[in-house]
Amino acid sequence: MSGPYTGSDEPRTIGYTSRMAAPGQAAPGVRPLPAPAARASPQRTTRLGELLLPLVSIALSLVLWEVVSRTELVSQNDLPAMSTTFQELWALMQTEEFWKNVGYTVRGWALGLALATLLAVPIGIVLGTSDFAARAFRVPIEFLRPIPSAVLIPLLFLTLGTTLRSEIFLATFGAFWPLLVQTMYGVRDVDPLATETGRSFGVRPLERLWRITLPSALPYIATGLRISSTVSLILAFTAELFMGTPGLGQAMNFAQSYGLNEQLYALAVATGFVGLAVHFAMTALERRALHWHPSQRAATP
Amino acid sequence: MSRRAYTGLAVAAEVAVPIAILAAWQLWTVQADNQHFPRLSTILAEFQDLWLFAQFREHVVPSLLRIGAGFGIAVLAGVALGVPLGLSRRARALAMPHIEYWRAMPPPALLPISIVLLHDIGDRQKIAFIAFFCLFPVLLNTIDGVRAIDPTLIDTARSYDIPRHERIRRLVLPAALPQIVAGMRTSLSLAVIMMVLAEYFSSTSGVGYVLLISKNTFEMGPMWAAILLIGLLGYGLNLLFLLFERRVLAWHRGWRAATPQ
Amino acid sequence: MLEINHLSKTYGTGAMATEAIRDVSFALGDKEFVCVVGPSGCGKTTLLKCVAGLLRPSGGEVLLRGRSVTSPPPELALVFQEYSRSLMPWTSVRNNVLLPLRHKKLSRRDRRALVEEAIGAVGLDRFIDHYPWQLSGGMQQRVAIARALAYQPSILLMDEPFASVDAQTRGDLEDLVLQVRDDFGITILFVTHDIDESVYLSDRIIVLTHAPTEVKAILPVGLPRPRDQIETKELPEFSHLRAHVYRLIKREQEPEAAVEAPRPAAAKA
Repeated sequence: MSGPYTGSDEPRTIGYTSRMAAPGQAAPGVRPLPAPAARASPQRTTRLGELLLPLVSIALSLVLWEVVSRTELVSQNDLPAMSTTFQELWALMQTEEFWKNVGYTVRGWALGLALATLLAVPIGIVLGTSDFAARAFRVPIEFLRPIPSAVLIPLLFLTLGTTLRSEIFLATFGAFWPLLVQTMYGVRDVDPLATETGRSFGVRPLERLWRITLPSALPYIATGLRISSTVSLILAFTAELFMGTPGLGQAMNFAQSYGLNEQLYALAVATGFVGLAVHFAMTALERRALHWHPSQRAATP
Repeated sequence: MSRRAYTGLAVAAEVAVPIAILAAWQLWTVQADNQHFPRLSTILAEFQDLWLFAQFREHVVPSLLRIGAGFGIAVLAGVALGVPLGLSRRARALAMPHIEYWRAMPPPALLPISIVLLHDIGDRQKIAFIAFFCLFPVLLNTIDGVRAIDPTLIDTARSYDIPRHERIRRLVLPAALPQIVAGMRTSLSLAVIMMVLAEYFSSTSGVGYVLLISKNTFEMGPMWAAILLIGLLGYGLNLLFLLFERRVLAWHRGWRAATPQ
Repeated sequence: MLEINHLSKTYGTGAMATEAIRDVSFALGDKEFVCVVGPSGCGKTTLLKCVAGLLRPSGGEVLLRGRSVTSPPPELALVFQEYSRSLMPWTSVRNNVLLPLRHKKLSRRDRRALVEEAIGAVGLDRFIDHYPWQLSGGMQQRVAIARALAYQPSILLMDEPFASVDAQTRGDLEDLVLQVRDDFGITILFVTHDIDESVYLSDRIIVLTHAPTEVKAILPVGLPRPRDQIETKELPEFSHLRAHVYRLIKREQEPEAAVEAPRPAAAKA
């Protein structure tokens, strides 16, 4: 694959147990089949063990947290006990304000991601199909891409103010780049044989794009969406934490300013779960959309 | 259009577009006369004033050191944990819920906690914060890399009765290295971002601190100079890493080119 | 030298169990060259892995010089079919051959000498500092053989080592293996699906049945040594042997039509 991006800043999947191959890599799910090894225990016990171990691990760590805090190994002031934290979280969950904040943060994430998608996918398709355009805009993209979106915070604070608009702008700006690059790569990586076949059958360019190019590029776009989703959530929260736009981040800032450590930890736990929820939602979406793709199929025995 | 003409035009575009963008910025800022968006010339002047070399030692060096230390710790810990996790399914089953949880947690959510827990807003807290979140790309990529090792290699090592520590040192680590390096690359970009976040949130020195101060004092010149510097930092570090990668993985490129996958 | 007594191997348990090897017994004498052939999927690789100590058999035993094999023994070396996947692409041919020697108690000079001798024996002196992937398939397999040689084994197991190599290179490699056996006095157990190759190389041929595998026949090969790719293959004895083996295997490949009856005892020639 020749072009301005080879050999340099190719995007890789962040590598988080992704089953999508980044360009230039063998699909991680396609492994040389191992020779069947002798197993001492029957398969049923193994499967139960697999389920049990993570649960045991979680339980143990929660207990550890409780012990470390209660025994003042770390001062309970600095590290509220696990039970205290969860009690506080439960209390928070009874308040309307908490759920409003969750809603604000999720809203920021969703709008940021949506906007980023609406911008990045079409532009990515254009840059992916036109080698000329890709080359022309290579330098600006390569320079703007690695800029941490966080640096825009002071600027946004002074220009757009502490409004939803700032939060969305930040989230969109950050989520835009990974999706753009992944889309570009996805479109460029389409098997030329497929498009040639389409062309030889007289399929018109726009339809080729819709029926051949986009489905082929879909795995890349899906990976890009997953990365962008993470980025969007982080930036929405960051805007709230640093600028004070309403949401979980702002609540956390508040808790910290007033020294309400228990609330602080409770909010952190809650934020972690929001992050998990978003992650699972996107993964499920990806699985549903790509159920036909080889990387989603289990290795044939 | 002939191939030569096309290439010529493309190169011209590659050069022209960035210049056009910069020129447009200059023209627009001159015309708009908006205090928040100074002219390019102003920004560059501020940049030189600030970073070359007045405030370099005071702010840029601490930031770089924090990035370096945080990244370094993350890589060491990521590989040290990733290898055993990659080799043992049981260990993975134990560790995975934790990894998945912390990976999904938006890093800024831990900023206040890191301060409360460590009683510190100095280097220690910053490095810990950076190291913690930069751990995950390296860790996960190491696990993936180790798991993907060709079973034939393992069988070969076993058939020659090569002891475990030798296997890990001479077989597992080099084989997983390409994947580990990919993780390191992500980690490095992440380190820059984490540094900025940590310093902007609360600090007494560093580039992120300058960003914060300039916002508080409404000094747009230093702010834009800081933004520019951070961009250059990210770009520069990435470039350096690329050189490192090219050297360390030279064999990998050759091998991929020569071997049908 | 090597004794395999009633070896059996079953994968999985209960309803999902697959009996790969039912009952295989044979023995190898010192410095013998024995080929194992059989229809596809007859568990030749499984057999080799059990002999090498990489897989634990379900039943029976493997004795190397009288001692039971439970893990890869130090006198045994194994050469795989997929040479490119068994060599380390990140380092030189020299270091690849050196790998198994690192944990042996040898001085650095001795190790170096062994490595260079082995690489010389397979004719790759000029490429000793190349990366393996810079070499052709046949040359890579030579590296794998050199690695096995440097290890100074008394017995060499080879699992269809030349299957992935083109026909002309295969001839060279076959002669190389014969040469190595003569020069170093190694016993060789060679698995192949190439019937010509098995007749050309061996002192005895072991023909296996299809899964669940047993020994169908053990045939001595009385062809004169040293073997030659042209002269030996022109001998009428060669064609007879070849045809005989072919027929034995062909019958194995015939569909199960009448073959659910218990097998006849392994024919001894």
